Amino acid sequence: MLGWLTAPAPERRLLSEGRLRGPTLYVIAIMTFAMVVVAAAGLGLSNAAGIVARGVESRFVIQAEDSSSLPKVLQVVRSVPGVRTAEPVPEAEMRKTLERWLGPGGLSDDLPVPALVNVDLAPGTDSGAVGRRVEQASPGVRFVAHGQVVRPLLKSLRVLQWLALALVALMAVATSAVVVLAARGAFDTHRSTIDIMHGLGATDQQVTNLFQRKIAVDAFLGALAGGIAAALALIVLGGSASALAGDLAGGPPLTAGDLVILALLPIGAVVLAALVARAAVLSALRQSL
Amino acid sequence: MGVETLSAIVEFDSVGLRYGTGAEVLRDLNFRLSKGGFYFLTGPSGAGKTSLLKLLYLAQRPTRGRVGLFSEELSDVGRVDLPYFRRRIGVVFQDFRLIRHLSAFDNVALPLRIAGRSEAEIEGPVREMLAWVGLADRASARPATLSGGEQQRVAIARAVITQPDLLVADEPTGNVDHDMAQRLLHLFTALNRLGTTIVVATHDLGLIASAPGAQLMRLENGQLSDPTGSLRNPPRRPVPEAS
Repeated sequence: MLGWLTAPAPERRLLSEGRLRGPTLYVIAIMTFAMVVVAAAGLGLSNAAGIVARGVESRFVIQAEDSSSLPKVLQVVRSVPGVRTAEPVPEAEMRKTLERWLGPGGLSDDLPVPALVNVDLAPGTDSGAVGRRVEQASPGVRFVAHGQVVRPLLKSLRVLQWLALALVALMAVATSAVVVLAARGAFDTHRSTIDIMHGLGATDQQVTNLFQRKIAVDAFLGALAGGIAAALALIVLGGSASALAGDLAGGPPLTAGDLVILALLPIGAVVLAALVARAAVLSALRQSL
Repeated sequence: MGVETLSAIVEFDSVGLRYGTGAEVLRDLNFRLSKGGFYFLTGPSGAGKTSLLKLLYLAQRPTRGRVGLFSEELSDVGRVDLPYFRRRIGVVFQDFRLIRHLSAFDNVALPLRIAGRSEAEIEGPVREMLAWVGLADRASARPATLSGGEQQRVAIARAVITQPDLLVADEPTGNVDHDMAQRLLHLFTALNRLGTTIVVATHDLGLIASAPGAQLMRLENGQLSDPTGSLRNPPRRPVPEAS
């Protein structure tokens, strides 16, 4: 199946004077670099979204208009099975948080500050049942999931993740288009050689192998260069991104599995280029007798 | 299919050829070439000799009629199978059609490599063939550094290296001197004795006269001048050319 990769020197000489090693190599290097970086960003966003989602899935908050109802609410919520912790947020902390938004002078003593209780549920706990118990205990109190609060953020992260995937796909399409143009250009350049080979009994397969091998070598060199450049860029960015991701989501931006996927992208680019070149040349050959 | 006969290697039945929407360049060709025969194809310039040769070496399909080759009707042969027919045909092109970035050795070796022969099987026969056409010392030369006659000899060596069943040559002696023309004719004759059917398109009346056993096909205005398709032995002495 991979016999086209291992042609003897005389066969390789058949296209030796062609100027195939030109834009194809550089375009594939650039495309590979961009694909790997964008894919890394997409995978990082996906991981961040996952970490955030997992982090808030069991976290809830009880909101009350003031702190008068808190003792009763706390007593009820702590008695519900599945509630791991229920800790009120100190009023001083609430005021400090609000000051960030309203400014030091914007928060007077007579401004009512809502009372909050952070609640952690054990996995598998029916959060709806807990909420109903809390709201029955003290009408006017709201039992809100953290996930509901961060849902827009998670949605944005998911959109960005799909956007990254779409960009990778578009770059793959663009790479394919470049390879098609390169293959057709090489085909035209070597038209006389191809005609002679056909006249001497060369099959489409034999002719195609020559071009496929040449373009695969170009694609390999380009993908290698692009992959190395992307790896260096990710290593440089990795330190600060890891710190940021750790702060935001509490985990590394890329997992070992992600790194394997990123390492496979340049290989995929080479395989894609070889297959597209093959299809382009075969298509051109079929137009001749 | 009805085309096959015991001794026919090529059979044309009401064959016509036109390029695009132009007029037919070949019309109503009916003839058979016997296996092991030696044929000269003559006719004025523009008579359709090169077009007829293209049909023989499978560079064109007829626009009408039936062509039988090696006991197969070509209309039944798919594109993917044509290369295996072409490998049984040696072709000497009028313009040589050598691959300019390959050495003379590699050009001559190309049909063997295409046929899948190993390098060990290629080296000896190619050196021998180059020696036979007087180019043993030019094996590594590229076509651009060879004279027209030398290029033609490389083209002939490439055409006959596989000892094809059918050899088609378009003006093979057009660029060589008389002595080399005679040597090439002897090469063709030797191949013919080994069973290769030879078809040579030529204006070289001396060459025709040097092969008295050969048969003559004459094309005029896209038609064989003898509409019955019976081929005639050439005259013993040169005859005037129409062109």
